[in-house]
Amino acid sequence: MSNGLALLAIFTLAVFVGFEVVSKVSTTLHTPLMSGANAIHGIILVGAILVAGGADGGLELILGLIAVVLATVNMIGGFVVTDRMLEMFKGKK
Amino acid sequence: MSRNLYDLLGLLSSVAFILALKGLSSPKGARRGNLIGAAGAGIATFIVFFYKPEGEGLKNLPLILVALLIGVAFGVPAARMVQMTQMPQMVALFNGVGGGAAALVAIVEYLNLGESASTLAVIATVFTVIVGCISFSGSVVTFLKLQELMTTRPVIFPGGRFVIAGTLVGILVNAGFVIGQGGNALLELLAVLSLLFGVLFVLPVGGADVPIVISLLNAFTGLTVAASGYVLENILLIVAGTLVGASGTILTRLMAAAMGRSLFGTLFGAFTAKATASSGEQEVRPVRSGSPDDVAILLNYARRVVIVPGYGLAVAQAQHTIREMADLLTAKGIDVAYGIHPVAGRMPGHMNVLLAEANVPYEQLVEMEEINPTFPQTDVALVVGANDVVNPAAKTTPGAPIYGMPILDVDQAANIIFLKRSMRPGFAGIENELLYDPKTTLLFGDAKASLTKVVSALKAL
Repeated sequence: MSNGLALLAIFTLAVFVGFEVVSKVSTTLHTPLMSGANAIHGIILVGAILVAGGADGGLELILGLIAVVLATVNMIGGFVVTDRMLEMFKGKK
Repeated sequence: MSRNLYDLLGLLSSVAFILALKGLSSPKGARRGNLIGAAGAGIATFIVFFYKPEGEGLKNLPLILVALLIGVAFGVPAARMVQMTQMPQMVALFNGVGGGAAALVAIVEYLNLGESASTLAVIATVFTVIVGCISFSGSVVTFLKLQELMTTRPVIFPGGRFVIAGTLVGILVNAGFVIGQGGNALLELLAVLSLLFGVLFVLPVGGADVPIVISLLNAFTGLTVAASGYVLENILLIVAGTLVGASGTILTRLMAAAMGRSLFGTLFGAFTAKATASSGEQEVRPVRSGSPDDVAILLNYARRVVIVPGYGLAVAQAQHTIREMADLLTAKGIDVAYGIHPVAGRMPGHMNVLLAEANVPYEQLVEMEEINPTFPQTDVALVVGANDVVNPAAKTTPGAPIYGMPILDVDQAANIIFLKRSMRPGFAGIENELLYDPKTTLLFGDAKASLTKVVSALKAL
């Protein structure tokens, strides 16, 4: 199996896992789901670090570094805000 | 670190993300799930520094670390200080910066692709640039609308439909050229057009439709991350991005269904909406408005009260006051529940978060399908800052913009109390017949001020 095909297979399986897991999320938690999913796509930080680390200065480096800043805000902020929200969801004492 | 070890750890992080979403199936395990997800993200960020793609490590390390610290310095305080009522704009903003980051990564990838790149990789890169830019500018406009830095009403200009369609065609044609023959200038043009499209497509969307747009943009950003993962051959990015894409898609569909409209109708509805017939008749009809004491008495002698919160509750920041009132009623032996419409507020689940902040036990938050059969046994339905989600026109008036939207059947309760700021119709701009119903009492004023008065009246009884 070629590399590209393997990646496509992973993508396809992830689609099914994603739909399966998310469809079970409780309606009460839709906002934390949004902000949690938001935090997860902050993982583009890994991509940002890779391109910034591969840049030979100039425009590429600047764009890469901006991407690192944005992705970090996205990821860290997303997890912190989700945690704050979930902390509030308590049942009856 | 070898490629295999790196991928193995990446797989571990992917599993952590799946567990994070799985944890959200109940409020009990949710917080732990989120921490597992955060740990996964931490591991993934840590190991990438030891990843040596072609035998050489990452360059520019000090600069990258500084950029990381800047991100932390912005992200953490913002996330710590944001108020729960401002959560929709915060989510929009985080979504936007994520989309922006993905677009930037894709642009740099494109500059590095070289001749040997497969067509599929080029397509994935171009896709990321387009959708990432749309997600970025669209989220920023959504943020501006929610923060009320600009009007929350739909912004429509003459020929808007054609401008949008033209921009879209421009993007597609341009994308074709970039994929076919390449060129950095073309890619820049593509990015600019996509940014413009993001703005144009969110402008005509009004405040009440924002839950759909936020979910959709969330799905967009997820897909861009997955596409980036394909280009960078990074399993973790593919899995994480796809999970987010799935979550955004599901939420978008749920929100559209909860509004009884198609996704297309929501996004482009403002262009096609006709002037509503009811706007012509401006006759003044009598309504029964009550004092806080009247409301308190109605509540005091009820056996079951259902509270229907809406965006007005969030605007007035009245979540703590409503909980205080509910506690008083519960102490008197009255059965109290909250009826939550899926699109109440400005994002999916908005009301749940607000009420959770006020320490309302989540068992009291009841979904529309479950609460609706109980309205005939309900003595008082208390509608706080909501309108369209209880408007019977959704069932009775085929021409109404909200026709077909599932609503909370408060009209079946024995008494209805509306806390409203004015007689102004809801977002959809249609009259609510329920306001003129003989069993309806209206209490005008800011929701928080009104509720505070009701609370003191209840205490005095």
